[in-house]
Amino acid sequence: MTDYNPFNLLGKTIFITGASSGIGRSTAIECSKLGAVLIITGRNEERLNETFSMLSGIGHQAIVGDLLNSDFRDELVNQLPKLDGFVNNAGINITNTVKFIKSEQLEQILDINVKIPILLTKEILKASKLNNYASVVFTASIAGVYRTSMGNSMYSAAKAAIHGFMRNAALEMANQKIRVNSVNPAMIETELVGKGNITEEQYEADRLKYPLKRYGKAQEVSWAIIYLLSDASAWTTGTAMVIDGGITLR
Amino acid sequence: MEIQQFISHIAEQFDETDPTTITEQTNFKELDDYSSLTALNILSVIDDEYDVNLKGDDIRNSTTILDLFNLVKSKVD
Repeated sequence: MTDYNPFNLLGKTIFITGASSGIGRSTAIECSKLGAVLIITGRNEERLNETFSMLSGIGHQAIVGDLLNSDFRDELVNQLPKLDGFVNNAGINITNTVKFIKSEQLEQILDINVKIPILLTKEILKASKLNNYASVVFTASIAGVYRTSMGNSMYSAAKAAIHGFMRNAALEMANQKIRVNSVNPAMIETELVGKGNITEEQYEADRLKYPLKRYGKAQEVSWAIIYLLSDASAWTTGTAMVIDGGITLR
Repeated sequence: MEIQQFISHIAEQFDETDPTTITEQTNFKELDDYSSLTALNILSVIDDEYDVNLKGDDIRNSTTILDLFNLVKSKVD
């Protein structure tokens, strides 16, 4: 009775991108605590190794590299064992108002937030690295489909693209009983917060706009990702799970 | 760096205020059509024109357009 846990990940092999910080790091740690074997990737060797050292259990693997590099992706996909879970999490944010959008900024954000997750999904699928009943989870956002904000149009466009891809991939991959879903968080207290154009005062005012009066924690998104990776969500596919402290109620 | 040109770059970010009424002494955050979007646009135009990356705090700590100009100038020089 005490061992009952429909969310456990025992025996599952899970691959996570963008695991050197934020939601990716937290998801790797939480998954390892629930019994999964992890393959984590990220660009920053030092921070990826830091995540690696925080994992519970044994058999994990950390692979450093830049997913934009197709040779690295080939090598990585080749190296991957058969997966039960794949968390497409790596992402960046660049803010600029519509009037000042630069082509290079747009390319960069679309490359990292859209092109990589789509191509990597394709390549992993084509290499038959996903077991039947595997679960693919995208880190999307309330931006894009659910919410707008000043200066966020490029990020929103990218996340809306992921939303569309996630739902179509869910339809196609259902043939192999592979489920595809996303988590759609609002603002999370990660190291991205506090950099850039917004003052701490503005952040504080923004936090108070949330019905639950705070930003989220990375862990709170990880637990939703874990639900989607676990057998508890065996009948859930094509879903965008909003985790937002109630902000979209407004 | 030329102050008149700087003023006109800033003035362009205001959709309703008559640009000819904007001077170096204008308290730009008090203008009726100043908004969070204007603030972001001011940061962007300064980045585009002067290659200086100001932060939200720099806007908060500036009162007049001259304050902004001096700040940008100090980072360009």
